[in-house]
Amino acid sequence: MIRVEALSKTYVLHTQGGIEIPVFADAEMSVDAGECVALHGPSGSGKSTLLRCLYGNCKPDGGAIRIRHGDDLVDIAAAAPRVVLDVRRRTLGYVSQFLRAIPRVPALDVVAEPLRALGLPVEAARARAGDLLARLRIPERLWTLAPATFSGGEQQRVNIARGFAANHPILLLDEPTASLDQKNREVVIELIAEAKAAGTALVGVFHDDEVREAVSTRIHLMQG
Amino acid sequence: MTGPLLTVAGLTRLYGARVGCRDVSFELWPGEVMGIVGESGSGKTTLLNCLSARLEPSTGHVVYDTRDDGPIDIYAMSEPRRRLLMRTDWGIVHQNPRDGLRMGVSAGANVGERLMAVGARHYGEIRAQADEWLRKVEIEPERIDDLPLTFSGGMLQRLQIARNLVTHPRLVFMDEPTGGLDVSVQARLLDLLRRLVTDLGLAAIVVTHDLAVARLLAHRLMVMRRGEVVETGLTDQVLDDPHHPYTQLLVSSVLQP
Ligand SMILES: Nc1ncnc2c1ncn2[C@@H]1O[C@H](COP(=O)(O)OP(=O)(O)OP(=O)(O)O)[C@@H](O)[C@H]1O
Ligand SMILES: Nc1ncnc2c1ncn2[C@@H]1O[C@H](COP(=O)(O)OP(=O)(O)OP(=O)(O)O)[C@@H](O)[C@H]1O
Ligand SMILES: [Mg+2]
Ligand SMILES: [Mg+2]
Repeated sequence: MIRVEALSKTYVLHTQGGIEIPVFADAEMSVDAGECVALHGPSGSGKSTLLRCLYGNCKPDGGAIRIRHGDDLVDIAAAAPRVVLDVRRRTLGYVSQFLRAIPRVPALDVVAEPLRALGLPVEAARARAGDLLARLRIPERLWTLAPATFSGGEQQRVNIARGFAANHPILLLDEPTASLDQKNREVVIELIAEAKAAGTALVGVFHDDEVREAVSTRIHLMQG
Repeated sequence: MTGPLLTVAGLTRLYGARVGCRDVSFELWPGEVMGIVGESGSGKTTLLNCLSARLEPSTGHVVYDTRDDGPIDIYAMSEPRRRLLMRTDWGIVHQNPRDGLRMGVSAGANVGERLMAVGARHYGEIRAQADEWLRKVEIEPERIDDLPLTFSGGMLQRLQIARNLVTHPRLVFMDEPTGGLDVSVQARLLDLLRRLVTDLGLAAIVVTHDLAVARLLAHRLMVMRRGEVVETGLTDQVLDDPHHPYTQLLVSSVLQP
């Protein structure tokens, strides 16, 4: 589902005298359907950067990221913006470490939005969104509120629900359980297990050893 | 529909010796929203005016995929044809709503006028559509016979948007659509614009100096500096991983765009 070839990334900070921060060079990785690959390595080793490159949010300097998109193979590193957006809509889900709330949009619609983008009618999309929010223990009285005022853990659970809503064939997870308590962590472990069973290809960063051991089928080591 | 809606090649506009914008090329596809960002004087308005047939480029081409005859250079069209295109297939939202509205006729007439330009003649029908569009932009329908003079800045901007969208254009040009409005009024307008653009599948080119506005509305960005395009790409990629020194400066000068 994903094949990363000779991927390199160096951040250049022009506003700070052109300092270069090499993150990785010639990185290789491949992920099949039904796998959950855990990116593992010290802080600063480039785990989030790699995930962001896979999502098209970060632009590598060299190499390719081939993503199975329907019947096509798309190189995210070279694709036009509208192609990347279509890959995100139909193929690629992403749970970032923090929710970027859209002002004035209620939690239920934040979660339903990826389904709406796939053409699902509003009622069906909201029903699925409600199921996920309930599983992640977001009280129903919060569903109609915009998440901007939610606690960190509540925002993260909205973010997770949004990531899982559309059953994308590929799902990227950046420390999805970081700010969650034990019960909610277990729900996330269950959601990941269900996605794997359904054939989703997952790549994630899991800080928590217990979570990583429970969900990953393989570890991809990143050196600092 | 398989090709780009707008194809721009080597577009340059000079003001005497001064550069307005230089050597701009890009394609805009149906349903795409492109943001143009950059500091004051970087050529955003010049470029937008060249793209929307209001300012003739010094060199270069702007080719629009017309509904009936396919791609045509807008500056090679006859003047009446260009006028018709601007009134029907395009929308132009000015920063100052007074430039885009007729202040001397009622709100309803401002919306209805555009329908008449595309051949609507039935009074009841026109009024019903005007009423529907006022609702869509959150203006109470009882204000339909009021003059725009009696409207607030935010309402005027929403009325201008209704006037532009009532004919279901395929492409909308906006120059700082939220400029000059209070922050809370801006948020509401942005929310409305975001919904309308998505629901109608509009293509749009939005000039803004506000990166947060760009992030909310635009699929992709073009960053301009001194008349030239210095960086382009997917909106979140350009804002989260800017490459050009100028883009990095722009992004680092604001809090969390
Ligand atoms: N947008 C950015 N601009 C400049 N440098 C960055 C940017 N994002 C990350 N870096 C740098 O790149 C390196 C890799 O960062 P990254 O966030 O990918 O690491 P990580 O493995 O996810 O770390 P952690 O475990 O702490 O989350 C770090 O040195 C970081 O400072
Ligand atoms: N009619 C004109 N005659 C001469 N020079 C002009 C004219 N209009 C614009 N310019 C110059 O062209 C350059 C680009 O101006 P433009 O209005 O396109 O900038 P902008 O990016 O829209 O700026 P702002 O954010 O302040 O609206 C500026 O140097 C400006 O002074
Ligand atoms: Mg990280
Ligand atoms: Mg301007």
